[in-house]
Amino acid sequence: MSFLKIHNLSVDYKMRKETVYAAKEVNIEVNKGEILGLVGESGSGKSTVGNAIIDLIDEPGKITNGSIMLGDIDLQTDTNNTVNYRGKKIGLIFQDPQTSLNPILTIGEQLIETIQTHLDLSKEQAKNKSISLLKEVGIKDAEKRFDNYPHQFSGGMRQRVVISLALCCEPELLIADEPTTALDVSIQSQILDLIKKLTRERNLAVILITHDMGVIAETSDRVAVMKNGNLIEIGATKKVLTDPKEIYTKSLVSSVPPTNKKISRFVIVEKENELNTKHNIKILNRWTKTEITDQNLVQVKNLSKSFEDNFFLENSKNSVMAVDNISFNIKEGEIFGLVGESGSGKSTIAKMIVNLFKPSSGEIFFDDICVTKIKKNKELMKFRRQIQMIFQDPYSSLNGRLKVKEIISEPIKLHNPKISKPDLDNYIFDLLESVELSQTSSDRYPHEFSGGQRQRISIARALATQPRLLICDEPTSALDVSIQAQILNLLKDLQEELNLTILFISHDLPVVRQMCNRIGVLKEGKLCEVSNTEELFLKPKDSYTKELLHLMPKIESIYK
Amino acid sequence: MDNNNLSILSRIKDSDIYYNFKKSPTAIVSSFILIIIFFCSFFVEIVTPYNPFDPSSLSLMEAFTPPSWTEDGMAKFILGTDGQGRDMLSTILYGSRISLIVGFSAILFSLILGVGLGLTAGYFGGKYEMLVMRLTDVQLTVPSILMALLVDGIARGIISREMHDDMAIYVLIFAIGISEWPQFARVSRAATLVEKNKDYVSASTIIGVSNLIIMFKHILPNILRPILVIGTIGLALAIIAESTLSFLGVGVPPTTPSLGTLIRLGNDFLFSGEWWITFFPAMFLVILAFSINLLGDWMRDTLNPRLKK
Repeated sequence: MSFLKIHNLSVDYKMRKETVYAAKEVNIEVNKGEILGLVGESGSGKSTVGNAIIDLIDEPGKITNGSIMLGDIDLQTDTNNTVNYRGKKIGLIFQDPQTSLNPILTIGEQLIETIQTHLDLSKEQAKNKSISLLKEVGIKDAEKRFDNYPHQFSGGMRQRVVISLALCCEPELLIADEPTTALDVSIQSQILDLIKKLTRERNLAVILITHDMGVIAETSDRVAVMKNGNLIEIGATKKVLTDPKEIYTKSLVSSVPPTNKKISRFVIVEKENELNTKHNIKILNRWTKTEITDQNLVQVKNLSKSFEDNFFLENSKNSVMAVDNISFNIKEGEIFGLVGESGSGKSTIAKMIVNLFKPSSGEIFFDDICVTKIKKNKELMKFRRQIQMIFQDPYSSLNGRLKVKEIISEPIKLHNPKISKPDLDNYIFDLLESVELSQTSSDRYPHEFSGGQRQRISIARALATQPRLLICDEPTSALDVSIQAQILNLLKDLQEELNLTILFISHDLPVVRQMCNRIGVLKEGKLCEVSNTEELFLKPKDSYTKELLHLMPKIESIYK
Repeated sequence: MDNNNLSILSRIKDSDIYYNFKKSPTAIVSSFILIIIFFCSFFVEIVTPYNPFDPSSLSLMEAFTPPSWTEDGMAKFILGTDGQGRDMLSTILYGSRISLIVGFSAILFSLILGVGLGLTAGYFGGKYEMLVMRLTDVQLTVPSILMALLVDGIARGIISREMHDDMAIYVLIFAIGISEWPQFARVSRAATLVEKNKDYVSASTIIGVSNLIIMFKHILPNILRPILVIGTIGLALAIIAESTLSFLGVGVPPTTPSLGTLIRLGNDFLFSGEWWITFFPAMFLVILAFSINLLGDWMRDTLNPRLKK
């Protein structure tokens, strides 16, 4: 008999206007010593299931049906005991290691507190136990670091501390809710290895909640796919990923960018009728295409940027080199990728190219004009309309107080003040249809749209000035994988039809491989390597590139 | 056009604010009281049968009439009369109109000044921001009533005696307005610092939108919520400040008494047993300020996304 048995679990959120069924009659079983991957897109109910197990459903949510059996204890009827089981029998790892530790207590105090709550140990015993736990999760000098505060640890180390906290009372079930989403690739693989190791050694039952199919493929033994609160498919990971039965699972798997080859377009399974057809790009008629020559559109020469963090002492030693002596070129009509982990300076470079930041030293040339030296307002406006940017967060990149048509008309009116009202409306409609949104969207406000649709509005706004260079700063990192596939398809189509030059910034190597012609790899503000995409993936020169490629979670690893 | 109006109405009905309003008895009661007070004060000529400032209608014989429910009370003066035979209720409503006008104007003045300075300070930063924020710090060390007294004193020095009574109300508005602006400057600067780092501001900059349009078309509507909340609470403070100044005799002249003036005038009769002359204006002021504060509190709870459950 399996260790954790979830039977017909239903969770409802009674909202003001409607009832949201976050989980509908979900049946899941987990055995000891196995990792069950719980995968789904945002809003699919995967976290709800995790929270229901430890009775952490927030108001106004309610478990309306079903039972959760842990061994032979019914967690539903034994509500008094849930508190005792939390932490003791069930350990929990949250997504964000920055916020899941109390910043004003040392990690030692937090460990001892948790241990003494559940186990009958003296302070000395608890301390010894904590130190051995910290050693087990791979923290060096555990005796010394025991008295450190959370901010003295890096993100990956902090997640290790969180794991040691989850394990400190010998739980039998571990729930990890997106444990590596906030971490960089290199740290992600270490944490996943640690979870795998602990599962084996301690014979744990683990539920790994994630949206990342690569993580699922590399770690889990079995996988459960959820959508809109329904359990779509459950089975051995290899079987589900290689031979999915349900259409939804198929589309999910096909949306994941493959790491081992380049494909021309993502297959969108759910829209089977329109499979692989390019849509009509209406603004093409208005577009004055630039001929693709082999010339450099952007030249970046010895660019550096340091941030001073001390107001009074401008030459303090605390200044951080965000970008350190970088040079590269972007050719007209190509998609150039910049890859790096968080803090590698990729966004800073983008902001310097669009003239939001001033570089500390170095020069940026756009079409042989030195961007950093533009003084006159008229020239700046001419330059502004040629470079546009798409941002990562679709929620903060649109002003929520303006209608979509006001958002899109702003750049049009600014660069063409004489445009007539009907012409303006037509232009807006053309732009909206070019990004596959309906004309009726123009009268609505941004909050009425989903993340993917908002990103389309961003793209429409960026295209309104008919730019030559489009900078995409992590355009799909905040989106679900199926939406990501659609947005990437759209960007590819637009780039081909409109002869756009794109600077594509991402931390996601598989995505970059699908999108870019050439790639630059950044590490701590320095450019390690620039080469053609296939060359980079097949024959990486730099050791850091090799490491990154080795560590990225691969959905293909399932075939091994 | 008709269709557009309808959608605005339905959007209000559909909004979270309206929903929360319906669920909060405090908000309903306090806004109900405020609507009655505002209506009676601004349409005072229609609401009251007496004009207390028309000397021909006054009779000294009817002076010091206690409220109607007491032994010597007269039915036609519900809250009694004052030392000159003026009906208390009418006088209070006339007075509250002046208090409200001064309060609203003063808060509007300090809103424009404070938000203007705070928004630009937050947006441009640098030395200008330093200057503005240190100025607010300096002013916050001076109690606002003292500040208002100072302004009033200077105004008395500059403006001639004959002019002073006519100018008194403007001096008062300026004095209260200038003593309240640092609050608004601080809040709008803090909110601007958050908003200006959001991507939609960057997007507008990249498009080439000018600083002025970014500040007032993009950032200002997004920082209105906290400003609205402190503005409401500030209104109550401004009304109380007006009453305090008038009570001290530096506010509006006794010929056009505000609530504070009435309380001061009645204060003289308190120990001779005519308690109602000071008690009712004072109670009225308390109810007015309390209702505005309760509404402001509710607004803070509703509009603050961090307090959402």
